[in-house]
Amino acid sequence: MKIYALLILLLIGSGSAISQGCSNTLSGKIIDFHDNTALSEAQLIIIETQDTIPSNAKGEFQFTGLCDQTCRIQVSHPYCLAKEYTIKISGDTYKTFRLEHHLEELNQILIEGKSYSRTSNTLPEKKILKEDLDRYQSGSLGEILNSISGVSSLNTGNSVVKPLINGLHSSRVVTINNGIRMEDQEWGVEHAPNIDINTAGNITVIKGAGALQYGGDAIGGIVVVNPSKAPIKDSLYGKTLLAGVSNGRGASLTSQLTKSYSNGWYAMVQGTIKRFGDVEVADYILSNTGVFERNVSFRFGINRFTYGIEGSYALVKNDLGILRASHLGGAQDQIRAIESAVPLLVEDFTYEIEAPKQEITHHLASIKAFKTFETLGTLRFQYGFQQNNRLEFDIRRGDDRDKAASDLQLITHTIHLDWDTELFDPLQLKMGLVSRYQDNFANPETGIRRLIPDYEKYDMGGYGILAYEVNPKLSIEAGGRFDYTHIDALKFYRSTFWESRNYDNIFSDIEIEEENNQVLTNPVLDFYNPSATLGVTYQFDDVHQVYFNYSLSSRSPNPSELFSEGLHHSASRIELGDLRFKSETAHKFSFTLERNHKGFGYTVNPYLNTISDFIVIEPTEIRQTIRGNFQVWEYRQTNAQLLGVDLDAFYAFSEHFRVNHQFSLVKGYDRTRSEALINMPPVSTKNELVYQHKKWHQLVLKLQSEYVFRQNEFPDHNFEVFVPETETLTTVDVSTPPLAYHLLHFNANMAFQMNTKTQLTLGVRVNNMLDTSYRNYLNRLRYYTDDLGRNITINIKINY
Amino acid sequence: MKTTNFLATLLLATLFLASCSNDDDGTPVAVIEEEVITTMTVTLTPVGGGTAVILQTRDLDGDGSDAPVVTVSGDLTAETTYTGGIVLLNETEDPAENITEEVEELDDEHQFFYTVSSGLGITAAATNFDGSDNPLGTQFSLTTTQAGSGTVTFTLRHEPKKPNTGLSDAGGETDIETTFSVVVE
Repeated sequence: MKIYALLILLLIGSGSAISQGCSNTLSGKIIDFHDNTALSEAQLIIIETQDTIPSNAKGEFQFTGLCDQTCRIQVSHPYCLAKEYTIKISGDTYKTFRLEHHLEELNQILIEGKSYSRTSNTLPEKKILKEDLDRYQSGSLGEILNSISGVSSLNTGNSVVKPLINGLHSSRVVTINNGIRMEDQEWGVEHAPNIDINTAGNITVIKGAGALQYGGDAIGGIVVVNPSKAPIKDSLYGKTLLAGVSNGRGASLTSQLTKSYSNGWYAMVQGTIKRFGDVEVADYILSNTGVFERNVSFRFGINRFTYGIEGSYALVKNDLGILRASHLGGAQDQIRAIESAVPLLVEDFTYEIEAPKQEITHHLASIKAFKTFETLGTLRFQYGFQQNNRLEFDIRRGDDRDKAASDLQLITHTIHLDWDTELFDPLQLKMGLVSRYQDNFANPETGIRRLIPDYEKYDMGGYGILAYEVNPKLSIEAGGRFDYTHIDALKFYRSTFWESRNYDNIFSDIEIEEENNQVLTNPVLDFYNPSATLGVTYQFDDVHQVYFNYSLSSRSPNPSELFSEGLHHSASRIELGDLRFKSETAHKFSFTLERNHKGFGYTVNPYLNTISDFIVIEPTEIRQTIRGNFQVWEYRQTNAQLLGVDLDAFYAFSEHFRVNHQFSLVKGYDRTRSEALINMPPVSTKNELVYQHKKWHQLVLKLQSEYVFRQNEFPDHNFEVFVPETETLTTVDVSTPPLAYHLLHFNANMAFQMNTKTQLTLGVRVNNMLDTSYRNYLNRLRYYTDDLGRNITINIKINY
Repeated sequence: MKTTNFLATLLLATLFLASCSNDDDGTPVAVIEEEVITTMTVTLTPVGGGTAVILQTRDLDGDGSDAPVVTVSGDLTAETTYTGGIVLLNETEDPAENITEEVEELDDEHQFFYTVSSGLGITAAATNFDGSDNPLGTQFSLTTTQAGSGTVTFTLRHEPKKPNTGLSDAGGETDIETTFSVVVE
């Protein structure tokens, strides 16, 4: 009853009082009560007149020719309980109806492009829906995000795939998994996100930092992984997906079972197992590149109109082989590895994973609850616990052979408190508080000096976002956020390094003791990070829309940037951080023109990101050691600028034929040194021809061409090394990007209805159809090996 | 009333987390790296007797900022055969750990290579071997010819291809590589 009262209050709250006879309109929008998803194809019936109209793709509707009157309107939607509202029409009236909508999981009815919600109203964002996720079931988060324009990935071989949004990665990309920010040592370039994409109902990428509810430091962007919702009805359903993968001769099996009740209770259990052996490029096997992944998750809770509670747990356990031939000694080894046409070590195919390898375990448990109050709006609370264990194994000698070279345990507790409310009809307020405590423990049992020290970190943040709908065409959004970070670390420095940096004078107060040429120090650091966003959306007509967004974001340096000091074996270089770093501050301007029409649509999104105190790592010198020469890479702060444009377009020739296009360009410059930034994605374009025929078992055929240009702008980090065998100085080319390449991919899908409850979907995907040999600038192993050859994946999905 | 309680509870929980102080884990233990080779000493003893020549490289801070200290005790004599012996130490430990023993135990996984600059006329060959009769090279024989000066480089490879035809073919990872400037009189 209270809800009805609330809705009626909301509905009656506004509207012009000027009477204009019987030419009034009633327009508005139908959105999901929970997450503001626009609901298309809802039926609206004026009960008195039986006038019926549907809502459009954006959830909008309009009745015309109404008199000043009070009428009853019934709103229904295929996946919602129908609701009846009493509305007083007085002049042109605008209403927002909120239905409690739950995606119908049973038969995967989620029609592409028809159900979309926005996390921020004024930022370009892209969503990957369930059916696409299922197609990539055997892949990783990084791989699937690669399908979005402006998103590429920074890879270490085939198994470690990190998302790169508009040229930025690692700590500059925030990943939100079921409401909780992932804290999985994301700072390292060879640390992939620990998410099983099979737990996701949809994935949204926000290219920018403006979605302040998730954090103020996402200078690159935000990846939001949301689980699917259980319907509110008595039901038991599930699905099982099996994929066979030719390259790596592996398979992936995932299964999910959901039980739901009409009183709102639900429980879901899901598991994935994935095993691949060594992958192959066109001409040879990449030894020690296997993957063994085991994931399990469950969720249970109650979801009602005004309140809900959910408990969830997810475990991701991943063993990743790193190409054996990429594990090198000094610069002389690097020369040999780069000059060799094939990797220095190629062995027979195996599923075994030996050192160098990574073993990662990530636990994520959370409790969340929401309650909607009549006058206050909706209050959400979430607590999350994460434990990330990361073992990295190098090639070692003697008794330590089987010991990890790096053994880190990162524990994070997070509490969120968010409040969404409608201050008055068109003005929405979102605000919240977050606090986080993190503890990192670096196990000394490894017998190798810690790259990342023991530390404790406290974060406190608060944000507020106002969204104002000036009229149905124009919306404004503004927000602010402030975060405080406190780091308390215990770090051993080599005495020689400590003194060479003059830290013994600058930081003499944090020295605790000195023994064995090592200084134990206690760095205590505080960072204050303001962030803000301002955006406007304007809708020209039914299909054209523009977005403009400015966002200010700032990011504290991560532990790797602050504390690194030593040989990073997997990169064959010495890495040095800097205790004196300040926060990075970015100003990003983003503009989007969007046309959304069923026959022809496009998105054009240019952006400019100016970052002060941008932290880059680059080589500074060659260091002689008894093991030969190593390149020293030091972090430094500079002023950077990234500018680029992402284009998406599609054209439907008919019901069956369409073409899709994507184009991404980004340029990154170090403005202080007037040179290009390293690891900027090269220009790329993807063009796709799609044939679909719904009546033929929902047949979909896609042929995709992917062309990646050569990166022509790059900093020159080459160095020279004396090679005794040839008595010459030889240049180690670690800078020159590889050549442009073109790949063809093919994808086919069909669905068969076995009986009323069971559906079987069959799919075939062929990546790199022509088995082209190529090297990818953004793959850290590109010096040593070609990239993946042809890969055929066969997918079988059963919904039951 | 209920609302207020609910709110208050949540806020309290938030504050609790923010203020919860972790018990100090205590002082962490320093890691003394055991696998590090800090010192390589090459002793060249003339076969007919005489003063040994000692070539040494010592890098006590490993991959730290100090460069290795490379010393050569004297000049080699022309037309002379030397018996060579290599000792590897980890001097970060106390007492220093002898790594040569480990290398000799795992002889199938290691090999020393000797690279002589052109014009120096020195030849060197391993005199100790692994179980499969492939060279190990912690013991070797070195013969000088005419007088001259140049460099001799000692390279220890871990997990090289065995047998091999020399450094360029051996593969594996470099554990040690040091170039000594030598004079033959």
